[in-house]
Amino acid sequence: MAEKLVEIENISAGIEEGQILDGVSLQIGPGQTHVLMGPNGAGKSTLGNVLMGNPVYRVSGGRILFDGQDITELGADKRAQLGMFMSFQNPLEVPGLSLEEFIRNAIRQKTGKPIKIFQFKKQLAEAMELLGMDESYAGRDLNVGFSGGEKKKAEILQLLMLRPKFAILDETDSGLDVDAVRTVSKGIEEYQKREEGSLLIITHSTRILESLHVDHAHIIVKGRLVASGGEELVAKVNEEGFEAFS
Amino acid sequence: MNQEETKQINQDRILSEGIERELYDFRDEETDAQFYRMKEGLTEEIVREISEMKHDPEWMLEFRLKSLALYDQIKMPDWGPSIDGLNMDNIAAYVRSRSDMKGSWDEVPEDIKNAFEKLGIPQAERESLAGVGAQYDSELVYHSVREDVAKQGVVYTDMESALTGEYEQMVKDHFMKLVPPTDHKFAALHGAVWSGGSFVYVPKGVKVEIPLQSYFRLNAKGAGQFEHTLIIVDEGADLHFIEGCSAPKYNIANLHAGCVELYVRKNARLRYSTIENWSRNMYNLNTKRAIVEEGGVIEWVSGSFGSHESYLYPTSVLKGEGSHAEFTGVTFAGAGQNLDTGAKMIHIGKNTSSFIDTKSISKGGGISTYRSSVEIRKSAEGSKASVNCGSLMLDSISRSDTIPAVDVRTDKADVGHEAKIGRISDDAVFYLMSRGIPESEARAMIVSGFASPVSKELPLEYAAEMNNLIKMEMEGG
Repeated sequence: MAEKLVEIENISAGIEEGQILDGVSLQIGPGQTHVLMGPNGAGKSTLGNVLMGNPVYRVSGGRILFDGQDITELGADKRAQLGMFMSFQNPLEVPGLSLEEFIRNAIRQKTGKPIKIFQFKKQLAEAMELLGMDESYAGRDLNVGFSGGEKKKAEILQLLMLRPKFAILDETDSGLDVDAVRTVSKGIEEYQKREEGSLLIITHSTRILESLHVDHAHIIVKGRLVASGGEELVAKVNEEGFEAFS
Repeated sequence: MNQEETKQINQDRILSEGIERELYDFRDEETDAQFYRMKEGLTEEIVREISEMKHDPEWMLEFRLKSLALYDQIKMPDWGPSIDGLNMDNIAAYVRSRSDMKGSWDEVPEDIKNAFEKLGIPQAERESLAGVGAQYDSELVYHSVREDVAKQGVVYTDMESALTGEYEQMVKDHFMKLVPPTDHKFAALHGAVWSGGSFVYVPKGVKVEIPLQSYFRLNAKGAGQFEHTLIIVDEGADLHFIEGCSAPKYNIANLHAGCVELYVRKNARLRYSTIENWSRNMYNLNTKRAIVEEGGVIEWVSGSFGSHESYLYPTSVLKGEGSHAEFTGVTFAGAGQNLDTGAKMIHIGKNTSSFIDTKSISKGGGISTYRSSVEIRKSAEGSKASVNCGSLMLDSISRSDTIPAVDVRTDKADVGHEAKIGRISDDAVFYLMSRGIPESEARAMIVSGFASPVSKELPLEYAAEMNNLIKMEMEGG
């Protein structure tokens, strides 16, 4: 395994209307948890989406390596197959496709092998129990009519079932009540522990970080990384907000 | 293995299997030695010849000639997709294998047998059907019904046998009474040259546990298929009938102007499911109608994927008090297709109810039009109707129209209508792709999900076929 799992080298990117990211560089090692914080509109979610390969964003400079491989031009599906994952800020609703069916398809795409149904069901039930999800959600249409909290839990459920090497959590705590944040954190902890997976946690608050171990924190303002450090940065944001960094 | 696991495995199989486009597109040359082909065009001489070849009773010949006269008088429809590309002078109305219909699969001529075997027909029969009819061009080549079902008194036979056998009177009493030749130009055409199709009679109180199926294959080039399906489900009886259709593609027009007449008696129930996958040179001008007596139920499940142009609006006449109709349909119009489909509900009896749920999909410049009519007559007090239609356009060059008509003649009725038109969401595609699902597969999953209200209503094998067709359409240009 490469020493660095994710290497973001001087990435600039944006949408048609203009540039959002301006030369961002960041490295994430295997098993590390990084936090990306910043005020609204700073480019946090853009970075997550660019990492995952959302075609809405165009990369105008720099490159991204995953496990030593240049993935800058790869589609999202290929990136996922290499072991990347993103928990969406606003998970999409897909009528007629059940959560369970969706996860099963995704696993099959990744492994290329038929799934052992009994084992799959068992793992799914365990993961759902950990996240406090009622088992009926497995058969429900993907995210359709789910509450904000259930949608986020369903994202973490996918994280646990798909077992990626690296996951981006885009505002996973936003819009959740205290209990839901706690439950979701439990799922993320499980991923850290069990998979020794790497994480990039994108957030503008610090609630979700209370119970999670963090290796590095980064502050993004107006599309540029303005500060990087350890857990103490999180504490600083907590006390002073982002004002200090702009 | 429990049922759910079987279902799971089948779904897995379906999703992982590659698509075989040639599954439907293979064609077999028809030689004069094996096939009799009527010369192209539509004249009294041709109609007389068809009638003679089919050993029609006298009244049927008269019926055909009257229909032909009507055909010459009635104008082409001017309100739907253009059918200028269809010229009856280039259509052979009657093509048949020189071999007779068989009751044993082994005796069916080899090439025809192979064609149906590629489509999985006899296999499906062995596994899950109560009876099977297989029509190749103008005539049935095979018909059989399971012994236990026949013992219940269920009649399932080809129309020709019914017409000349002990059910002649029953046929005469019902044939084109629901869809008279005066109805429209292609009903008249059907009356003149109809051939093939099935006759089903389910006696009072008999519940047929597993479906009957007819499969229609039009293999001949530049030909028409005009099968007639007549089903009578007597009081308190219950039946599920499935029809499938396909044809290989040619570069000249083919025509399908079938006719389906369904009689649902008091407290009876009939489910009529169709998966239609005609080739892209087909004009599909099909007429389907059901009449439902007191407390009876008709359920239509319809998947329209093929044809160059379609006019298809299965009609339910809710005559009896408390009768009920449901129509669940999906239409997929790809490049070069103009599919005008929907349903028609006519409420006559008191406290009748109808429910329409349709999904139309268009892609690659295809045009999909949902057209429906709900009519609640003055006599239909206390009736309820609900229409729910959704459209999904997969790109910016495709088109989707919704034309729902509602005509209510009593205050004491409850009619609801909901229409949604949308495009496939790029965000949703990206979402599925971020889980490792390739783009074409992601799109197919979204479209299959959109169409799932229909596939859920179909038996497993047909749901699988439908999802396969969607996948094929999504991958094709």
